[in-house]
Amino acid sequence: MTEMDEPELTNSRLGSLEYDPAPESTAIAHFRPSYGIFIDGRFTDPSSHEQFVSLNPANEEVLATVAQSSREDVDRAVASARHAYDTVWSRTSGPERAKYLFRIARLIQERARELAVVETLDNGKPIRESRDVDVPLSAAHFFYYAGWADKLGYAGFGPDPRPIGVAGQIIPWNFPLLMAAWKLAPALAAGNTCVLKPAETTSLSALLLAEILQQADLPPGVVNIITGDGASGAALVDHPGVDKIAFTGSTEVGRLIQQRVAPSQKRLTLELGGKGANIVFDDAPIDEMIEGIIDGIFFNQGHVCCAGSRLLVQESIADEVLRRLVRRMEQLRVGDPMDKNTDVGAINSAAQLARIRELSSFGESEGATRYTSSCMLPDKGYWFAPTVFANVSQSHRIAREEIFGPVLSVLTFRTPEEAVVKANNTNYGLACGVWSEKGSRTLWVAQRLRAGVIWANTYNKFDPSSPFGGVRESGFGREGGRHGLEAYLDV
Amino acid sequence: MSTAPLRLVTGDDYGVKIDHASSVPLMNSEAQLKSTLAALAGVDAVGLEGRCAKLATRSIKKTTKLAAIDLAISMVDLTTLEGADTRGRVRSLCAKAMRPDPRDLTVPSVAAVCVYPDLVAEARSALGTSKVSVASVATAFPSGRASLKVKLLDVAEAVDAGADEIDMVIDRGAFLSGRLGEVFEEIAAVKEACRGAHLKVILETGELVTYDNVRRASWLAMLAGADFVKTSTGKVGVNATTPTALVMLEGVRDFAELTGKLVGVKVAGGIRTTKDALRYLVLVNETVGSSWLSPDRFRFGASSLLNDLLMQRLKRQRGAYVRADEFSGD
Repeated sequence: MTEMDEPELTNSRLGSLEYDPAPESTAIAHFRPSYGIFIDGRFTDPSSHEQFVSLNPANEEVLATVAQSSREDVDRAVASARHAYDTVWSRTSGPERAKYLFRIARLIQERARELAVVETLDNGKPIRESRDVDVPLSAAHFFYYAGWADKLGYAGFGPDPRPIGVAGQIIPWNFPLLMAAWKLAPALAAGNTCVLKPAETTSLSALLLAEILQQADLPPGVVNIITGDGASGAALVDHPGVDKIAFTGSTEVGRLIQQRVAPSQKRLTLELGGKGANIVFDDAPIDEMIEGIIDGIFFNQGHVCCAGSRLLVQESIADEVLRRLVRRMEQLRVGDPMDKNTDVGAINSAAQLARIRELSSFGESEGATRYTSSCMLPDKGYWFAPTVFANVSQSHRIAREEIFGPVLSVLTFRTPEEAVVKANNTNYGLACGVWSEKGSRTLWVAQRLRAGVIWANTYNKFDPSSPFGGVRESGFGREGGRHGLEAYLDV
Repeated sequence: MSTAPLRLVTGDDYGVKIDHASSVPLMNSEAQLKSTLAALAGVDAVGLEGRCAKLATRSIKKTTKLAAIDLAISMVDLTTLEGADTRGRVRSLCAKAMRPDPRDLTVPSVAAVCVYPDLVAEARSALGTSKVSVASVATAFPSGRASLKVKLLDVAEAVDAGADEIDMVIDRGAFLSGRLGEVFEEIAAVKEACRGAHLKVILETGELVTYDNVRRASWLAMLAGADFVKTSTGKVGVNATTPTALVMLEGVRDFAELTGKLVGVKVAGGIRTTKDALRYLVLVNETVGSSWLSPDRFRFGASSLLNDLLMQRLKRQRGAYVRADEFSGD
């Protein structure tokens, strides 16, 4: 081999194999021009004629029109849930409830491709993620809690724990179907009935789930799905007929909900924002660690409440990590979410894009060094190129505020103590990652981190049997696992 | 964008930065070698296998697929390593290597024919002046259980008979019991005995078992002068796997950045289908990039793979599969 006349290895971002477009077909997704609200097992017309459109954020095309639920609609939904609770669901035995949950899980698997396509069109996330993560995990949650439905007496909450009643559940737009599954599966397994409100920009997969519930012959009224914006959510939170509110979303809205619920007898669980620290020690498995950092912040365009949006890296390897990280970021395939080879899709809405842009602009004005992927962005739709900020300090806004987008802030530390102090120096406390080959240090650090979830040598891994939730301004209550049942049992 | 993004790198200069002025560090003692290898980052098996599973979902279609199939054909080391090999079989294999599909001259020839040392002369004469190389396994393949003297003689005979490439096996026993200096010196001695023939060092990853071992053995081979690192002999239970290949690709990438020397990777054993081959090419593409997407830097050690590549190639052209008997067996 003659090294001297070797061409520099620089030809293209992905070598010379440029992948041809491999779009998933959208033919399987059948949208109705407009959707009613799902009450008492049927799609019904809303009381007012107010409607809003659901857009494909990747090209700003209208997918369907969705109803804005009014106070009267929320009334009807809660009444339906109450009636179903009193007359049917609270009298349905555990094994019988399990039967419905298993059925829903299997139907999600059967219609997996359809659900994945709908989710990607409505949300903007890559089809690879909706196909390989959102939809299978949603089915897994129903399977998992189906198993609990007839074993509640063995869950550690007394011999015969009772359900709470009617649960009002408000979910975000980042994992629309998966969050619906996280909320519905434990609630139904425990014997509650539900009124679910999906986020206004991503109602369509929940409405498809409504069809699946019909197909599963779930008794009418056990699950009701109302669409609408914050006003509909507020009506649900305030409704006197609701026994429990479960909310996943921003800390700002979570705080409002807690204030409104405080004077009532309602139970409350909140899963809110985060500013997760990914802590990297100098003995970390470097290649897998780089992948983990990339997954931690660019998975789902960074629209992840537990995203590893702060990278705390040991100073001695900071340059090396940054170099490899930027090189890897440059390789991410950003673009058409329906393309099976896309790694990073579209930002969910114009409003979110504006927020990401605003917060990122502070990064530069406050003196951080910005690295942005040179990827080409489509002309239409909402897009933000993957971005890494280096030389960030604790006092910068980009180190403190949740950006909820593909933006990573890199800070450094010198000792494990300093890493822990910096990681905990936040109002949030949802998730952290620790990367090291030394188990004793990983455990030492993990014990001192103030966060609900701590991953070791991995990030953003979810499993229905593992509880998930935060501390401090990241909320309270757990979803998933045995712990997740507690939120829906009168204990 | 509200502000113009700053760009560290552009689409044109992405890649491994190679400084050709740098060189392979000399290892002056076994202690130095051991500390060099011990300083390599560990491999997290779960993360590694997860990355491979993710890359396995890449969808390679249309013209990319056709280009990738032709690239894969040009990377094949068409191999026959059986006790029952005959001169006739080697001649037939050489004919196929030069012209994989006699009806279609647009099909590229393969990279090399890989045989036992005693059949090198036969292959050499059959291949004549074609650009297909003769590769020979040597050093008491596949077990490597012979004295260094015997191994070097094995190499010398193969080179004398006209081998362009030597596929040696490392002493796994020595590696696993920590006698790294011995393994190093053996590779260096074989490299010298190659007298210019390209040296592929077979790590036999199925016997090294852990990914950490694979990483260290790759670096050891590269430091000792390997032109290629190769996964397997094809003669043990576990042969090439995508995670193993990924560890080795990361190794050659980091080695190139450190030393300026570009070492190739050969995956061998159990790669039978076009789908398998494309998965490896995706790994190469997304780990080390274009400089390794060439027969000079990446090879498939295989025999039945070639016919599947030809069949898929024809399928893309005709829109339908032909029967397996359309292609010659050897």
